[in-house]
Amino acid sequence: MSGLFSAYSWSKVWGARAGFLMGLGNTVLTAVFGILLALVLGLVFGLMGTSNKRILKAVNRVYVEFIQNTPVLLQLCFIYYALAFSGHSIGIIPAGITALGIYTGAYMSEVFRAGIQSIPKGQFEAARSQGFTYFEEMYYIILPQTMKIILPPMVNQVVNLIKNTSCLYIIGGSDLISITYSFVTGEKTGGAYGPAYILCGAVFFVICYPLSKLASTWELRLKRREAATVKTAAAKAA
Amino acid sequence: MSALEGSFHILSIPAVLIYLFRGVAFTVVISAFAVVIAVLIGLVMALCRNYCTSGSRRILGILATFYIEVFRNTPLLLWIFICLVFVPAPAFLQRKMLGLSSVETGLLFKGTLALILFESSVIAEIIRGGLNAISKGQFEAGYSQGFGPFRVMTLIVMPQVYQNIIPTLLGQVISTIKDSSYLANIAVIELMARTKQVLANANRYNGLGRINVSDVFVMFGFAFAIYFVIDFILSILVRRTAKSGR
Repeated sequence: MSGLFSAYSWSKVWGARAGFLMGLGNTVLTAVFGILLALVLGLVFGLMGTSNKRILKAVNRVYVEFIQNTPVLLQLCFIYYALAFSGHSIGIIPAGITALGIYTGAYMSEVFRAGIQSIPKGQFEAARSQGFTYFEEMYYIILPQTMKIILPPMVNQVVNLIKNTSCLYIIGGSDLISITYSFVTGEKTGGAYGPAYILCGAVFFVICYPLSKLASTWELRLKRREAATVKTAAAKAA
Repeated sequence: MSALEGSFHILSIPAVLIYLFRGVAFTVVISAFAVVIAVLIGLVMALCRNYCTSGSRRILGILATFYIEVFRNTPLLLWIFICLVFVPAPAFLQRKMLGLSSVETGLLFKGTLALILFESSVIAEIIRGGLNAISKGQFEAGYSQGFGPFRVMTLIVMPQVYQNIIPTLLGQVISTIKDSSYLANIAVIELMARTKQVLANANRYNGLGRINVSDVFVMFGFAFAIYFVIDFILSILVRRTAKSGR
């Protein structure tokens, strides 16, 4: 832990603050657009998974199974190198956004699917009987009801995506982790391992911990409320 | 020879295939080893966090909570880098073995340690979820029969927890296999890194003198297929155990 408490190595980190901020900016940029892409893909493929059409269901299964059962690092490398070697390079951060969005999208689509399937059949029938089209039915009736169920697992996936932005390192990204690593191994700046890693870890922790805490308390409250409604329903029946 | 033929030619070279399949073996062994150790650590952490809540034992509970939350909310790659710098590899590992150089065995040790730390925090939360699902009456019934806390845990609570969490735990094995690919960032040992390594030298293997986009498709396609087969079989197991549990 050399240099952890030396003012000199902390001042080294302070001197490189511009680099760290740029790294953080890249990480946040990748995460935000990755989350947006994941939400869109998750909604589209989640709806496919709940449809009656066999072909749409099959597309959903192939997407989810293939993406969930292979590493995000491999998907990122494939996207990046396939585009680069065919002369259509899109850059490191867009490649990262695409890969992370597609990867997390598979998890999001399972979240959406489970949420929609948890809504009682009567809700769908009632919407249909009122003359709603499919999209109106989903938008006005079904999806708002799924929100409270799907929010906790969704937030967990967001946390995973934020942690997974570190995969940019393998294609030479300049996200927070990559910047930290090149800072501690750099010729001019090297050596201040302790402070740099603590800073980097603390930034991730400060972003991820409140989110995972939010998700778990949300889930707990949901379970309690459910238990309470079951109890009152039982009391009324008796 | 067309570019695509050249790409497939790479996978017909015995030395390359052996190299890659050794990588597969490393991926599987690293992940299996990491999960087993992580379950043991996770179990201790979950028990401490849940039941060390009063008196002087509270400090254990707080430490366990700290451990779980820190590793769960920071990226694996950060811990790989930290282990790389701060953890010395034990002397008996610093020699050639398993077809790795002495430097690589050291990296393998450090990388696996990081993987264990990261996965154990997730597994601790899975076990804790299982513990919380057991109703209080089970504990009370155990105590009323004259069992001590240890026997209540091992004979009454744990068997039920085990039943409930087996699907989630198997799912975490899938995650661990995928996460083990992060080791590719520091060393060329497991499948992901070796695939990339072969691709980087594809111009020497495909007989064309340069790397084509078809090489990317064939090499990564190969890795996709291997990961998918392993993880898909596991995910079928997950579904089967989840159904039989109910």
